[in-house]
Amino acid sequence: MRRERIVDVLIVGAGPAGLATATGLAAAGAGEVEVVDREQEAGGAARHCAHGGFGRLALTGPQYAERWVAAAVGVGAVLRTGVTVTDWPGSLTVDATSTRGLERITARAVVIATGAHERPRGARLVPGTRPAGVYTTGELQRAVHVHGQRIGTRAVVVGAEPVSFTALDTLRRAGVEVAALVTEHPRHQASRSRAAEARLRQGIPLLTDATVAELLGRGRLSGVRLRHRDGRTAYLPCDTVVFTGDFVPDHELARRAGLPLDPGTRGPAVDGAFRTAERGVFAVGNVLHAAEPARVVAREGVAAAVAVRRYLCDGDWPSASVPLRVTAPLGWVAPNRLTPDEPGDGFTLRTTEFVPHPTLAITQDGRSLYRARHRRPAVPNRPFHVPSGWVDRVDARGGAVRIALAGRADPR
Amino acid sequence: MTAAESAGRVLRSGPPPGTTYDVTVIGAGVVGAAVARELARHRGLRIALIDAANDVGEGTSKANTAILHTGFDAVPGSLESRLVREGQRLLAAYAAESGIPVEPVGALLVAWDEEQLAALPTLLDKAVRNGYREARIISPDRLRAREPHLGPGALGALDVPGESIICPWTTTLAYATQAVRGGVDLHLDCRVLRVDPSGGRHELTTSRGALRTRYLVNAAGLHADTVDRLLGHDDFTVTPRRGQLIVFDKFARGLVNHILLPVPTALGKGVLVAPTVYGNVLLGPTAEELDDKTATASTAEGIALLREKGRRILPELLDEEVTAVYAGLRAATEHDDYRVSAHKEQRYVTVGGIRSTGLTASLAIAAHVTELLTATGLDLPAARELPPVRMPNLGEASPRPYRRADLIAADPAYGTIVCHCERVTRGEIRDALAATIPPGSPDGLRRRTRARGGRCQGFHCGAQVRELYEEGGESVSG
Repeated sequence: MRRERIVDVLIVGAGPAGLATATGLAAAGAGEVEVVDREQEAGGAARHCAHGGFGRLALTGPQYAERWVAAAVGVGAVLRTGVTVTDWPGSLTVDATSTRGLERITARAVVIATGAHERPRGARLVPGTRPAGVYTTGELQRAVHVHGQRIGTRAVVVGAEPVSFTALDTLRRAGVEVAALVTEHPRHQASRSRAAEARLRQGIPLLTDATVAELLGRGRLSGVRLRHRDGRTAYLPCDTVVFTGDFVPDHELARRAGLPLDPGTRGPAVDGAFRTAERGVFAVGNVLHAAEPARVVAREGVAAAVAVRRYLCDGDWPSASVPLRVTAPLGWVAPNRLTPDEPGDGFTLRTTEFVPHPTLAITQDGRSLYRARHRRPAVPNRPFHVPSGWVDRVDARGGAVRIALAGRADPR
Repeated sequence: MTAAESAGRVLRSGPPPGTTYDVTVIGAGVVGAAVARELARHRGLRIALIDAANDVGEGTSKANTAILHTGFDAVPGSLESRLVREGQRLLAAYAAESGIPVEPVGALLVAWDEEQLAALPTLLDKAVRNGYREARIISPDRLRAREPHLGPGALGALDVPGESIICPWTTTLAYATQAVRGGVDLHLDCRVLRVDPSGGRHELTTSRGALRTRYLVNAAGLHADTVDRLLGHDDFTVTPRRGQLIVFDKFARGLVNHILLPVPTALGKGVLVAPTVYGNVLLGPTAEELDDKTATASTAEGIALLREKGRRILPELLDEEVTAVYAGLRAATEHDDYRVSAHKEQRYVTVGGIRSTGLTASLAIAAHVTELLTATGLDLPAARELPPVRMPNLGEASPRPYRRADLIAADPAYGTIVCHCERVTRGEIRDALAATIPPGSPDGLRRRTRARGGRCQGFHCGAQVRELYEEGGESVSG
């Protein structure tokens, strides 16, 4: 009853990362390259982002997604939508469900490019009732841009990072008044112009150092109770609340495959060549670091295609690797495994607090590998980068490599 | 007579019919639905099942710990003890016949200190007095072998192999579906405001108009005392006892093999960790005495308390993502036992104080209530077997539609997954919207299919599920 098939490369997830990987591989003649996606349409989350700014040409999300779909199909990658990978029965074998029934696909290499989602209210442990009118940005964007649904009349947006301001645009398009942006941080984490536009031109207040303490209302949301860091509380009436940011990788397939996850990113641990702990299994895009912009994950896809191609040719896989760990207030680093042969293209880090001029100290077993003061501040929910020039000094048989902030000045 | 001709109606608006019902059951929770189903077996009775909410099981029945109890820890000799014991057997058999997900995982009452360890023999003795003889006390080593992820410090456990986990939503829906197909009229959005006796019958003033009935059953759960007072009785007061629960991600399921019960103390039954039939792990409940019968909000304090307790029981659980937090209200009274009583002169039966064991006991309660109605004077025609129902499978222990090649081959809609986290197909959503009792809200659709009930809570599928609900809702309404 289960159709069995074999391909050269199976890529799970047809967002920019998966499609860029497929394009690179198919263009290089890597054999049969198949991309499957559980959605009915390829393109990933970019499809729901009506705003511009995607790629060098500043396309809209759907235009950007279309370009990658055309590129992958144009070079001969096989793209199948409405196909959900449901299980991982063997090291390079997956089970899938589609309208054509059940199938079992075995590949020489598998690339996991399953992306990420925002943590919903429950996962953020926000107390209160369970009324209608509670969204994440992802659901809001699909509701408005894809399905043209009615949202509500007055919203509170939780978060003040770039995606939060995107939610503002979507709410405005849906005719929803925004009562406030609320962030637990002391200031917003978007561009100055973006924040000023919201505050000055749209008149949307930014409430800092505040969290949503409770959702109120039966049937439909009637308001939220906010708590300031100093303990003061306030009630904001609204019928809609949008929880933005706080992305978490869609890692279920990686876990079904038994791949070790990185404790910081919660995505599969990979090295600079996107190799997971399992021979022949790669991971790329926002399943590694939720969440980076589309152009970043597409660039990763291009690099991953080179790494997968190399593996298909020489079959080499690292026998050992050193984990890369961060110390608070750093939240995570990606990639997060080090193999001596693969310095990679540098590292992306996240901080959980503002740090004006972070000095990064990278050590292994007490030995300094890298130390540098960054001119630009580290900002929560924004990436900052570390080059990979120091990786050749890592002892492949040594302990974990640690990244910490040295002598940081606390903003508070 | 064909099934269609004999089927009852499901109405959410408009006045109730002008005719007089033989029996009206107030409350379409698990108990009321079970009573209506039991009565439907007696052909020829005109029966109404009414509820203030827009769906069945919207009160206490939808938010509980989803356990099919053995009744080992009931008060020996109580009505609850008997009905739970009987109900457990009845519901286990009914679930097997109807496709209600049940997993006989067994329970372990874990003793975390010397006092709790010392209480185990007493509990074992109580189980025997409740007619349950399979319980055993096991050593810490055996406990650890069976629950390797348990936190440090457990001193032993009482093994109760007969405890199971069950789907409470499907159970209530199965009863109500069978009742409606058997001729019961289900009136939703129908709140009882007043009850007037008038010449051998009751006239109920409801939010949808007048409804007349000869006999009346009060299965109003949290509001059973209020309804009782409408008929002039003041036998008990329902004090809502809130239970907050945390549902952990399906990836936590591998951490726990049994229902891990605390050893009950003077302070209550305590916090448990249990698998769910949907493949999640449940942590809870709290026990908070309240006076507001609508206070189903979770609180920061409640969540913090549960996390603290959970960390001791199963430390790794706290590393997993939380899928949902919810709260339910148990219909506790000042009495130790169920409050089931017949008022012959009023042709009225009260089914009050049905606490968390009500799901397990529901079929036995229904049989008991039917007997009481007979004693009250209701003339029951001979019982028949109702045509069996086959409910959609929400359980992970048997293949869901997305894993069934036969179903997908016959209908590709079962191969189109809409809700990715819970693997809910378009075919299942369509079927739920066209079922005997269609959902009254997107939440009702979730309880019938699990659509948007998973880890992303609608990030991916929410808008599409809403669209399917709104389209499907139009075609089935009216």
